[in-house]
Amino acid sequence: MSVEVKKVTPIEHFVQSAEKNITRSKNNYLKELQKQAKIDLENSVFPTVKNEEWKYTNLKKFLGNEFLPASELDKVELSKTEIEKLKFNSFDSHLLVFVNGMFEKELSDYAELQNKIIITSISEAIESKNELAVKYLSNVSTNNSSFDYLNLSNFVDGLFVHIPDNVVAEKPIQILNISGNVGAISFSSSRNLIVAGKNSQSTFVQKHIGLSGELYFNNVSTEMYIEKNGILNFYKVEVENDNSFHVEKTDVMQMRDSQFNHFNFTFSGKLIRNDINVNLSDENIESTLNGLYIANKSQHIDNSTFIDHAKPHSTSNQLYKGILDDKSHGVFSGKIVVAKDAQLTNAYQNSNSIILSDDARVDTKPQLEIYADDVKCTHGATVGQLDKSALFYILSRGIPKDKAMSMLITAFAESVVAELKIDELKDEINHLIFEHLNRDKVL
Amino acid sequence: MEATSGNSEKSLADEKVLINELTDKEYEWGFVTDIESDVFPKGLNENTVRKISKIKNEPEWLTEYRVKAYNHWLTLKEPKWPNVVYPEIDFQDIRYYSAPKQKEQLESLDDVDPELLKTFEKLGISIEEQKKLSNVAVDVVFDSVSVKTTFQDTLKEKGIIFSPLSEALQNHPDLVKEYFGSVVPYTDNFYAALNAAVFSEGSFVYIPKGVRCPMELSTYFRINSMDTGQFERTLVVAEEGAYVSYLEGCTAPMRDENQLHAAVVELVAKKDAEIKYSTVQNWYPGDKEGKGGIYNFVTKRGICEGDNSKISWSQVETGSAITWKYPSTILKGDNSVGEFYSVAVTNNYQQADTGTKMIHLGKNTKSTIVSKGISAGRSNNSYRGLVKIGKNADGARNFSQCDSMLMSDKCGAHTFPYLEIDNKNSTVEHEATTSKVSEDQIFYLNQRGISTEDAVNMIVNGFCKEVFNKLPMEFAVEATKLLALSLEGSVG
Repeated sequence: MSVEVKKVTPIEHFVQSAEKNITRSKNNYLKELQKQAKIDLENSVFPTVKNEEWKYTNLKKFLGNEFLPASELDKVELSKTEIEKLKFNSFDSHLLVFVNGMFEKELSDYAELQNKIIITSISEAIESKNELAVKYLSNVSTNNSSFDYLNLSNFVDGLFVHIPDNVVAEKPIQILNISGNVGAISFSSSRNLIVAGKNSQSTFVQKHIGLSGELYFNNVSTEMYIEKNGILNFYKVEVENDNSFHVEKTDVMQMRDSQFNHFNFTFSGKLIRNDINVNLSDENIESTLNGLYIANKSQHIDNSTFIDHAKPHSTSNQLYKGILDDKSHGVFSGKIVVAKDAQLTNAYQNSNSIILSDDARVDTKPQLEIYADDVKCTHGATVGQLDKSALFYILSRGIPKDKAMSMLITAFAESVVAELKIDELKDEINHLIFEHLNRDKVL
Repeated sequence: MEATSGNSEKSLADEKVLINELTDKEYEWGFVTDIESDVFPKGLNENTVRKISKIKNEPEWLTEYRVKAYNHWLTLKEPKWPNVVYPEIDFQDIRYYSAPKQKEQLESLDDVDPELLKTFEKLGISIEEQKKLSNVAVDVVFDSVSVKTTFQDTLKEKGIIFSPLSEALQNHPDLVKEYFGSVVPYTDNFYAALNAAVFSEGSFVYIPKGVRCPMELSTYFRINSMDTGQFERTLVVAEEGAYVSYLEGCTAPMRDENQLHAAVVELVAKKDAEIKYSTVQNWYPGDKEGKGGIYNFVTKRGICEGDNSKISWSQVETGSAITWKYPSTILKGDNSVGEFYSVAVTNNYQQADTGTKMIHLGKNTKSTIVSKGISAGRSNNSYRGLVKIGKNADGARNFSQCDSMLMSDKCGAHTFPYLEIDNKNSTVEHEATTSKVSEDQIFYLNQRGISTEDAVNMIVNGFCKEVFNKLPMEFAVEATKLLALSLEGSVG
């Protein structure tokens, strides 16, 4: 008989790395916060398919890996020219670079903003007793799961951005998250906290990019708080390493008259789960959550949205589109809750998916929970394939089949891409779509 | 003990008069018929299960089946996922069997207990009338034991079997054995297991090859004895090329304690066969404070076994304190068709979590789902549905539409559709809307001299028309009536 080795459960494994991380933390406030998160993590379990919110996403294989904290492994050295290649460089932007969850000030470029906008790491913001950072850190986030506790107890640096009242940031702010290549199976916890002041306007472009090498697990948590009449655009693009795991949660709290536009473009990564929760906690708010996910090979992409209409007179729009090829599996679940007082709410949700191959699979779960009577709420979901008659029409004009299909794919994705406010980014996204599907671009 | 609060003989033609009279009306069918009953003491154990089986004089295999189901039930936990709230059910506090005492076999209607006949008259289903006028064969299930079956002769000529399950077990044991539990096995869920263990009566329908059933078959269920849970089983088998339309309608007397109803319905459609199953459900929904009412936890499932077969469910749900059911169709044969048309109305404190499942397995299978939910008062109305397209279901097609209408600011309307697609040649569409009765429409009707109450009724009826159109004629009339009754007083 072999000697029985006591197996460490995934939770215990992450608790151990959290313990190490907490001992290194210098700030007492942060230390206490992370200690509590560690206790919460200990008392939680990772969701299984029996959990309604994770019904279609099985984490068993993923959690079978032994992830080591990236902050303790080899540091990835990147030059400025390499950064140029990794970031979106077709448009002018301020640049914030994170490598495996750590803020790289040397590689970043945001000098122009320094007098207008506060940009620092979360740990520094807490250390310098920034009131907003203390007030909102981990307090915007709701419905926390084990992944939130994992992130909070394990994050090292994090990003804190405060756009003060009445400030309009003209150029987009690009957040480049680079992960992987640390020489072992690793995980990193990235954390972002963005506070948009009254009447402020800003646009963020976040790119998650993976380096080749061992597989890694990128656990991201983003909290955004938008004050009265603030406008915040957040465009997120995920191009992770093909073997990697990406679990992200975005929590947004919106105040009166504010506007929030979130775009989620998902390309590579083995298993990707994006959660976004928006709390419309006052009147006359507009919120848009759009997404496009392109999956091939055996990718698994799971998008989950939750919109909480707590007060009257607000509008929310959601449009999620997916293109599934090979053996990929796409999941969309969207939930809209309209509370008792939230009269005159308009909530729209639409989810469309296209299946390109025999082995691809889609699961969709749009949900409406409505407790107010004077509302207009609709949701629609379709799953299908490229329109045969449209395809025939193009073919009959002498265009080869492959090209014709590409044209139809472009047209399908267009309704999401077209809403972006940065023209150059549209081109980059279109390019990524075709690169990811191994197709030639048509237009 | 007879307290007649309703008067069913009223002319129903004059809808306007009816609406006025129904204001604040108590549950119309609330009365108790005073008949001696064979009643088991409360509680459930293996002995109860065996005793039921013995009373029914069942074959050995069924007794064993019941015991197996009971033992399996013990291992299960009551499901908690539906979007409904109710106090814990004490399954030991229920009587699992009650039969009206019957003296001897009856030949004609004159021999039937006059008390029973009176009950049916109050319900508006006088057997004589049914027999003579409406061409509907009625298998009356009165508190678990079948009393009188009509039109047996006409059906016999065609080779159609339409009888209580217990009778079918005696006369056609092999046929029942072949299909019993084949669509809803006792392992299916908590209530299906409970039903399989303690079911006391049900209906069995068998349509032989190529026969078109000449009349609509109907069964009336009625819960009568105090605290008696009713566990019915319906089994409908349509052989190759057969057609049958089956109606199910329910009313129940007024009760303060909640009563549990956990039925199982199984439909089997062979090649080219068609089964149409319509339900109007009007059980006691509890009073205005949400006290009392029936719990309706039903498992209904049909299988389109052969190619080109069709199963169509239509239902109008206005009653029950809690409704929880998902009539489903498994589309196994190629080119088979599944349909689901539903209107669910909830008022006061009623809760409904209902919908359907369409499981596409065969090629070119089609399904249509039209669900209309109307919530008023403080009620909650949820649609929950699943459309699953299997890997080999090439060319499968589904269309779902779920519309909800809200009639007060304290009610809720929810939609929980699940779409699982594993095939690239299939097309699935789902759409849902939620809105309230438009003020413009009411204003338009008001201006033409129609009262707000009538206007709302007209609008709601229009909203449900798509589903009502699918109901057999007499049910459609009843459904319109029920709708007006259910929404009584909900318009401010």
